[in-house]
Amino acid sequence: MKNKIISIKEAVDKIKDGMTIMVGGFLANGSPENIIDALVEKNVKDLTLICNDTGFPDKGVGKMVVNKQFKKIIASHIGTNRETGNQMNSGETEVVLVPQGTLAERVRCGGNGLGGFYTPTGVGTEVAEGKEVKIINGKEYLFETPLRADVALLKASVVDKKGNMIFNKTMKNFNPLMATAADLVIVEADKIVEVGEIDPEHVMCSGIFVDYIVGGEK
Amino acid sequence: MDAKVVIAKRVAQLLKDGDVVNLGIGLPTMVSNYIPEGIDITFQSENGFLGLGPAPAEGEEDWELVNAGGMPSTILPGGMFFDSATSFGIIRGGHVDATVLGAMEVDEKGNLANYKIPGKLVPGMGGAMDLVVGAKTVIVAMQHTQKGKPKILKQCTLPLTAKGEVNYIVTEMALIRVTEEGLVLEELGPEATVEDVVAATDANLIISPNLKRFGVEE
Repeated sequence: MKNKIISIKEAVDKIKDGMTIMVGGFLANGSPENIIDALVEKNVKDLTLICNDTGFPDKGVGKMVVNKQFKKIIASHIGTNRETGNQMNSGETEVVLVPQGTLAERVRCGGNGLGGFYTPTGVGTEVAEGKEVKIINGKEYLFETPLRADVALLKASVVDKKGNMIFNKTMKNFNPLMATAADLVIVEADKIVEVGEIDPEHVMCSGIFVDYIVGGEK
Repeated sequence: MDAKVVIAKRVAQLLKDGDVVNLGIGLPTMVSNYIPEGIDITFQSENGFLGLGPAPAEGEEDWELVNAGGMPSTILPGGMFFDSATSFGIIRGGHVDATVLGAMEVDEKGNLANYKIPGKLVPGMGGAMDLVVGAKTVIVAMQHTQKGKPKILKQCTLPLTAKGEVNYIVTEMALIRVTEEGLVLEELGPEATVEDVVAATDANLIISPNLKRFGVEE
């Protein structure tokens, strides 16, 4: 069996300037804080971020926003991190706001081999600008495209050595979706266990999507 | 009585036994405190669970279980956690009976603006666009005016969150139903007169022949 466990340093060494990264979490709940801290320290630049939101200045991917590591941010909400708005207004960072359900579904499509989907969300708003509108059964829908990334950085509560994951409570959010939608997938675990210690009935996302596991100290 | 309490109590009485309901951040969250006895409501939290319970007691906060505002929450027996794609499948799929959310502006056509003031405040739409399009009933809960300026308008001036999706507007002064014919003033708040409501509203109001005063008890 391939050893997927690596150090945080080895993990962040795989992330290079200019890459597109997906980061799990919802207002930093379910975000890989230790990987984020190591990325702040490494100071990789010109990244594109795909994440539900930009967290807080001192929590989640917000720390990387404060450190000015993104050239582009794709998110549904940036209101809890004033620094994102500042960088958007100054033109330093391009911010693309995507409705949360559309963002989740775009990531899901990216990881599930689909070429996109039609959604009623955003019809008649700025979100519809430049998008195909199709009438299906008399109702208007917008066409939305899939999203993928070079790297997905996830957080899970319990991970076995094959990478099978359990997410406690609300920490699931975007994590299992992003696991499927990146070329390289790294999960930060609170706890690492032997294969077989997680009952297959309880695995929430398969280890086949996971390339590397870090952490496990908690 | 505090205006926000008046609004929350009236909105609570619009919900029906067995409804699945999503409450927005801020004032809408207060609605859960005033559900009439004997009415069973399942609250949905778009970050990923059904069965949202009351805020935890001080000292019992669990940061693995947060609400859509990122604050510690609780889950009730019979609840369930899920990922963001499932969460918005529930929302867009018409499985949420009612959504209650705030507004910057609402207009005669049921258009809603609540996510962006260009150049000033751009928090992002989060899940609001999906919720407003997907929920069967959309209830705007807000104070009638902002610093004395009407928020109920002939036509929204800010970028729209959704086109023509609002069903009810509940303020401390009025309960207004959005119909094909326009805005119908159905109920007056505890202390408002028709003249007060008309003066504080920058849209045509159709006064219901069955105009009532809404009962909110102390």
